[in-house]
Amino acid sequence: MDTRFWLIQIFNGISYGALLFLVGSGLSLIFGVMRIINLSHGAFFLLGGYVALSVIWTSGSWVLAIPVAALAVAVLGLVMERIFLRPLGSDPLRQVLLTVGFAFVFQQAALDIWGGDNLDIIPPSSLTQSFVIGGLYLPGYRVFMIGIAAVIGITLWLLMEKTRMGAAIRATVDDAPMARGVGIDTSRISMFIFALGALLAALGGVIGGAFLGIYPGLDFQMLPIAFAVVIIGGMGSLGGAAIGAILVGLADNFGKALFPEISYFTLYAPMALILAARPTGLFGRE
Amino acid sequence: MTTNTKAVAVIGVVLVIGLIAPHTGSFGVLLITRALVLAILAMSLDILLGFTGLPSLGQAAYLGIGAYLTAILATKYNFGLGSSFWLVIISGCAIGAATAAVFGLLAIRATGVYFLMITLALGQCVWGLAYRWNSVTGGDNGINLPGRPEFGIRLADDVTYFYVVFCFFVASLAMLHVLVRSPFGRSLEGIREREIRMRILGYNTWLHKYIAFIIAGAFGGLAGVLWAHANGHVSPEDLVLTTSVDALLMVVLGGSGTLVGGAIGAAVVVFLREYLSTLVPWWQYALGGVYILIILYLPGGVMSIPVRIRQWRTGPGSPMRKNVALAPH
Repeated sequence: MDTRFWLIQIFNGISYGALLFLVGSGLSLIFGVMRIINLSHGAFFLLGGYVALSVIWTSGSWVLAIPVAALAVAVLGLVMERIFLRPLGSDPLRQVLLTVGFAFVFQQAALDIWGGDNLDIIPPSSLTQSFVIGGLYLPGYRVFMIGIAAVIGITLWLLMEKTRMGAAIRATVDDAPMARGVGIDTSRISMFIFALGALLAALGGVIGGAFLGIYPGLDFQMLPIAFAVVIIGGMGSLGGAAIGAILVGLADNFGKALFPEISYFTLYAPMALILAARPTGLFGRE
Repeated sequence: MTTNTKAVAVIGVVLVIGLIAPHTGSFGVLLITRALVLAILAMSLDILLGFTGLPSLGQAAYLGIGAYLTAILATKYNFGLGSSFWLVIISGCAIGAATAAVFGLLAIRATGVYFLMITLALGQCVWGLAYRWNSVTGGDNGINLPGRPEFGIRLADDVTYFYVVFCFFVASLAMLHVLVRSPFGRSLEGIREREIRMRILGYNTWLHKYIAFIIAGAFGGLAGVLWAHANGHVSPEDLVLTTSVDALLMVVLGGSGTLVGGAIGAAVVVFLREYLSTLVPWWQYALGGVYILIILYLPGGVMSIPVRIRQWRTGPGSPMRKNVALAPH
């Protein structure tokens, strides 16, 4: 195996990691702020892809599909949080089962509306050209995925570190009762974060739909991988989610290329070990 | 209901199932067989969730390990298709227990959300192996079993096999019932209610939880062996995350901490997933709806309905409180 093999694999791993960052960062924020294991996160991803398809079919515009899908799913998440999750209290088991219930309902709704076929989101042709850099063929869409993940990541980082809202969110992650004590409306923070998480997952669905396809069952396929990202990176930390996403993206790519027979095992076993040794993840906030 | 009338009611219902099931047609008896197998899985999970307060999100792993063991022994070594079936049953329990003994070392220290996450990760490890380790597990396609065992009696007959599973279900229920009524079971309940207090009283709570985890794994493995022969086929689909989540729902739906609740939950979930799905295309709304409604309106499960009715009849402010705690603290 020459250097080119390694470079291509590293590039593929990082670009897949870029997609995982979109899904994982939302899940990580939701977990960090609300301590909720959101099993409908995969459904948000899938619905994002489907809504984008509908927008493309009616308006023909891929660029328009991105914000419409992201906002539509964000509203869905907001409603779900306000009406169902908020009154539920803090029992993790009940929260998990409630979000699973919604995941099944969304799955059925997607099947009824968009059917059971494997669909593809086709991005504009300007994004699908390949570059040749130093003798390496780089698919343009993968470069675009890395770019958009970087833009989103920087935006989120600015939001979290440089705004008042971000400071309130960080305070809630660190110590929710104390945050309430100093007058932060943690209920509104939770609502905002759940909607933001749904938005990021939907964005992942639109971007990833061109790459993975959009089909029934994709939701529960993405879900555990997103959890691996969150756990390895650390819950409630953006930087952690970014590092976790790249690590999982690389591990997934190299696993499948080098030892395909145990490739998923090599993804989830470290996740279990990290949880056992350091429950807050490698870079999680204590 | 007093404990005695409750026991009579449970025995009565179980007997009725044993008598009626063979007359429900070939599809009916298959569904009831599957529901009984999943009831064993749900009861094994109830030991963790209902009695010890450990919500495991990876119980399907043990079902999968037992099922794959059965399938691999049958296809590669032609083992377990005669009277050696009983050895497979024992090894299914053993491998379930052994896996739980390894997983438990990692998982037991965690509590609450972290326990959910780590058991999810461990369950996904086993799923990942089943899905990708083609040379052993057949990968995505799974393994077809050559047929059910035959040793004087022919288990290939669905009604006969139903009776075998029925007996295992009754035996599991009885054993687990004895277990939870034993001093060991009582100390598990103590851990569920307040672990720190049990530790102060001198109990080795880690060891108690670890043993409960292993016992749950053993019964999970048993369910796996029976599951493999019930379907004649094992595949990674048997141990996906949704199966583990379904098992949790079964326990909560029936009533956690009641054992038989898990069996009721298994019956409902199998009815929705495997019967309703053949009748209507919108069955997943019903499944999702059951999840949501139970969590919102009946957190104590079906088994808490009599208590609820009594509470409602005696009016608010009565000293009777439900004794089924869903939330582990």
